Amino acid sequence: MGQGKYTTVSIPRSLYNRIKKLVEETGFKSVSDYVTYVLREVVAMHESERYEEPFTEKDLEEIKKRLRALGYI
Amino acid sequence: MLGAADEYPAISIGLREAYDVENIGYGVYSPLDGFMVYEDLENVLMNMRLSSDLPWTMPIVVSVDEDSMDFGVGDEVLLSYMDRPLAVMQVEDIYRLDRRLYAERVFGTTDPSHPGVYNVFREMGEYLVGGRIELLDTVDNPYARFYLRPMETRVLFRERGWKTIVGFQTRNAPHLGHEYVQKTALSFVDGIFINPVIGRKKRGDFKDEVILEAYSELVKHYYPKDSAVLSIVRYEMRYAGPREAIHHAIMRKNFGCTHFIVGRDHAGVGNFYGPYDAQEIFREFPDLGVTPVFFKEFFYCRRCGGIVHERICPHDESNRVRFSGTYVREAILEGRDIPDYIVRPEVARVLMSHPDPFVS
Repeated sequence: MGQGKYTTVSIPRSLYNRIKKLVEETGFKSVSDYVTYVLREVVAMHESERYEEPFTEKDLEEIKKRLRALGYI
Repeated sequence: MLGAADEYPAISIGLREAYDVENIGYGVYSPLDGFMVYEDLENVLMNMRLSSDLPWTMPIVVSVDEDSMDFGVGDEVLLSYMDRPLAVMQVEDIYRLDRRLYAERVFGTTDPSHPGVYNVFREMGEYLVGGRIELLDTVDNPYARFYLRPMETRVLFRERGWKTIVGFQTRNAPHLGHEYVQKTALSFVDGIFINPVIGRKKRGDFKDEVILEAYSELVKHYYPKDSAVLSIVRYEMRYAGPREAIHHAIMRKNFGCTHFIVGRDHAGVGNFYGPYDAQEIFREFPDLGVTPVFFKEFFYCRRCGGIVHERICPHDESNRVRFSGTYVREAILEGRDIPDYIVRPEVARVLMSHPDPFVS
């Protein structure tokens, strides 16, 4: 089984140099590792902000009925 | 659908997969909507992520042997547990299981004395079948009174006005070490979700009904009103240590938790993992969507006169009484009293009064 697939994203050279310097003092193996880590954190934050509960008003009423029957509310 | 069951080829699944079917169907394993195809499994094994890049550490797979495979890609098959159809699977992929790679990546070992490795080498079939499933039925649940689906816990938390919820996984009857971990975490959030795992257990473990009864007593007598929710999850442990700790956190996120407690040797077995490996691994997942809360071991200190931990107790080992499941088990079997600084009296009464509290 092979490794995952990768693609290239452009960032300013000056930013690359800043990260490269930073990476030398951290546990990250490369600039790419660092950028991937930071982007995943930011992307997940934006995704969670857009998250909406998947249930309808009808679902909600039925769920509350069951929760009441079980003594949870 | 069930009336036409005979028309479908079927895969006979075990209890582990039956629980997986339920967890996929009810959203405990969200975003999974079926058993893993090759691309997802490959990513999980190599990168601890699904092919969509979302964090996922444990393979969720169903296996078959070649001689029982009377279907192909594109077919619909029934997933049956003890002849009871639980789901229809749209077969999207059939691929060979690489047992060695699977064991090395997931469990970090190919030692057959590891129960997860044993399962991979001795119990799983040679092919894996992947595809979306549609839930038809679930295995009988003797603890339905304690079972809530993720949609239900999310509504419950909202009804209680909780914005921050810490999840606690357990397979044991509670002693004060557990209680202090839970309450320390609870000090910083709105509510705690105590989520015992119900499933196949080892000989000598407390029976599920004993664990539930014991926790009910603990919550009733020692937790502020409406600060704790006790509800089970049906799941078979893999004992994959660090990887499984991430999986446990993802399940609790799906139940609506914002935080998840990770203790010492979480999901470990024997000496296969370091005591805090399951905490270290969380550093690799900045996008998990649930915040891990790490704890070291709590113990009773005679000099401090209370339950403490390493960072707040200056006294030496001779003053410390470690919480031990083995100690509690032996005390029950010998009919000895359990000190109330080890187990709450109400909980001890449940454990002592049960005619046969252990799995035999």
